[in-house]
Amino acid sequence: MSNPTPRAGYDGVVVAAPVTVPYLRHSIRSAHWWIARALAELLVRSRLRKEDIDGLAVSSFLLFPDTAVGLMQHLGLSPRWLDHIPMGGASGVVALRRAARAVQAGDANIVACLAGDTNHVDSFRHTVASFSQFARDAVYPYGSGGPNASFAFLTDHYMRSHGARREDFGKLCIAQRRNAMAFPHALFRKPLTLDEYLDARPIAEPLRLFDCVMPCAGAEGFLVLTAERARRLGLPYARVLGTIERHNAFPEDPIQVRGGWALDRDELYAQGGVGPEDVDFVQVYDDYPVISVMQIEDLGFCAKGEGAEFIRRHDFGTDGSFPVNTSGGQLSVGQAGAAGGFLGLVEAARQLTGQALGAPVADARIGLVSGFGMINYDRGLCSGAVLLGDAGT
Amino acid sequence: MTAPLTRPPRKNPVLRTRLPVLPPWQRSRIALGLTAAAAEGRFELQVCAACGTTQYPPREACVRCLGPELPWREQSGAGELLASTTLAHSHDVFFRERLPWRLGMVRLEAGPTVVVHLHGDVGDVPARVRVAARLDKAGMAVLVGFPENDVANMADDRQLREMTCDPKFRKALVTDGRTAVGQALARALVDAGADVVWVGRAEPWKSAAGLDELTALPQVSLLPLDLTDARSVQELAAEIGGRVDIVINNAEHHRAYGIGARTGTDAAQAEIEINYFGLLRLAQTLGPAMRSRGADGQSSAVAWVNLLSVFALSNFPAHGTYSASKAAAYSLAQCLRAEMRASGVRVINVFPGPIDDEWNQTLPPPKLAPAALAKAVVAALRDGVEDVFPGDVAQEWRQRWNESPKVLERELALGAGTS
Repeated sequence: MSNPTPRAGYDGVVVAAPVTVPYLRHSIRSAHWWIARALAELLVRSRLRKEDIDGLAVSSFLLFPDTAVGLMQHLGLSPRWLDHIPMGGASGVVALRRAARAVQAGDANIVACLAGDTNHVDSFRHTVASFSQFARDAVYPYGSGGPNASFAFLTDHYMRSHGARREDFGKLCIAQRRNAMAFPHALFRKPLTLDEYLDARPIAEPLRLFDCVMPCAGAEGFLVLTAERARRLGLPYARVLGTIERHNAFPEDPIQVRGGWALDRDELYAQGGVGPEDVDFVQVYDDYPVISVMQIEDLGFCAKGEGAEFIRRHDFGTDGSFPVNTSGGQLSVGQAGAAGGFLGLVEAARQLTGQALGAPVADARIGLVSGFGMINYDRGLCSGAVLLGDAGT
Repeated sequence: MTAPLTRPPRKNPVLRTRLPVLPPWQRSRIALGLTAAAAEGRFELQVCAACGTTQYPPREACVRCLGPELPWREQSGAGELLASTTLAHSHDVFFRERLPWRLGMVRLEAGPTVVVHLHGDVGDVPARVRVAARLDKAGMAVLVGFPENDVANMADDRQLREMTCDPKFRKALVTDGRTAVGQALARALVDAGADVVWVGRAEPWKSAAGLDELTALPQVSLLPLDLTDARSVQELAAEIGGRVDIVINNAEHHRAYGIGARTGTDAAQAEIEINYFGLLRLAQTLGPAMRSRGADGQSSAVAWVNLLSVFALSNFPAHGTYSASKAAAYSLAQCLRAEMRASGVRVINVFPGPIDDEWNQTLPPPKLAPAALAKAVVAALRDGVEDVFPGDVAQEWRQRWNESPKVLERELALGAGTS
């Protein structure tokens, strides 16, 4: 696969009004409720009326039997542009990328990108049991471990192939926990020690408890519009410097060792006119640490297989040499279904607009957000990434 | 190496019996092709008729060329273990009470990567494995990664035993011990490590050849059982119903007539009385107790075997009423299978060709020796298959029937199989 024709740029498109509806471990509300809260919060923050939103992108696992369409009547909206993005951990990046095109083309002026899911006591089991046709036919009947089992395979294979150790993954998890301690919405804010990480309850060897995200309820949202319009509305914004999306990359790999980023990253950096060395912080999709390492490699911060060595070399705190998941990531904040795919993007937009809720990354001008979603069978299929710059870039 | 099973302690009836639950059984329709092959003990995957690509998971189109013709083809299962894990947590009740559970990801030489239940004797990555399909407790095909070469006590693997009906340390009932087939079945079960083999005998005042030698085996005991008599069946159930792990219903009545060679319905009624109503009585009486013991520990109730006939698929006019009674029994056995499904007790239907006994005297060879039939039944229990066509004749009829039931009907009408 190659990219014979580079994608056009995203000039003039910005992200504004990053909002998070504080997460809960469990909720008796529905996904509709959580998404409605995110939209309401977006309107408050942006001082817009519902009627001003003429485009929406919605991501959720638990809207069924509704889709984004039913939600429009549910919430009394009449947009002229609507997208439903069922891409899990890649939803945020993909929503932004498509919304940016809609804004560039004039199909919509202000697009609200929303993601939310609830978490009843037993929701997660149902989500996992019927996640996809391939999962139902060829994965769930095998021990019903859900994503824990799938990522156990990928982690086992990565560790054997590249000499990564549990301590390496642990360092990443502990750093994220430290970042989370300053972030008010994180569900885990207790310090995590390496011993606690290493000795935690086994889940699916080599994965133990602190390698696995905790499902929860929550919602995230942001607006996509032109820089000019954002300025007129008085909204602080982050620029879209470049963004990529790819699905089912490298199907010939017998087991997942890389994602679509490896295919598209050169174009991403070319769009932004920057390189990995210019990036001030990275928000990776971290449902399990091995996939964070894969993103760090595939996005060009180190070579394939050198992720563990990279971890040993760096400090991932907001004041560290390589800030990662500055709000704590899903591993510490929680995974609110499809909103988990928005978490990093919303946090990056906050960091770049001077609105960090936790510890800010000092002088951050360029942030990279990566998305990864949908373990359809044996691997995650959706990948995406976006380079965001502060208003001065 | 798998530790050999030990004889389970005598059951304490005061303690709770674990209730049967099933592993996840939902599948897309296309994925049931895997189950159709596994039901007869084969591992088949879709192979594109146009480009030859082997694919998994099952799809509605060829992943390479989008071709719509995707016949299921038998696989060697040879592959290499890429990664493994042992689950200490599961979302599903069935697995939750059977943790830890070992899984593997295997690259088949045929191409696809498959997730498998991993046998305990498969070594660490990298390891060569042989993937085969098995029916799980829900009766659905799953893939199992076995070590490349057989090792001792393989069948005793804790996970594998959840997918098989191995007679080892189990208690079995053979419903008729007076026939050569019944006696061969009882011996084969003893040889396979069965703890107890109850052998039914109608008309116990009559002697039958071979019974004394059979009952000399310490595992074997005779019980009165007449499938034409509801009370006899109830008395048997009262005595052993809560302990039977495997039922092998071999009792049958067989006369070689069609319609025109005999007047009246006596012979046909006798056939139906045992071959069809006998099964119904037995299933109504023993079925509920077996269903409740579908997850009763290492030696749970596991299997109900029906000795049918390949004539159940298509009528063999020379033995026309017998064929009809077996067709009725086959249909009822499908109902039984559906009703037993929720308990995890497997219904195994055996479709032999002519058995080498007095009622097939005029049929030419090859005929199935009782010992060969018994061996096939034990193999089916060990492999956990649910449809068995033992012997060359049954295999050939099966193939003809698969290819065209109509052509086979004509062949049989024209006298095939009689000379």
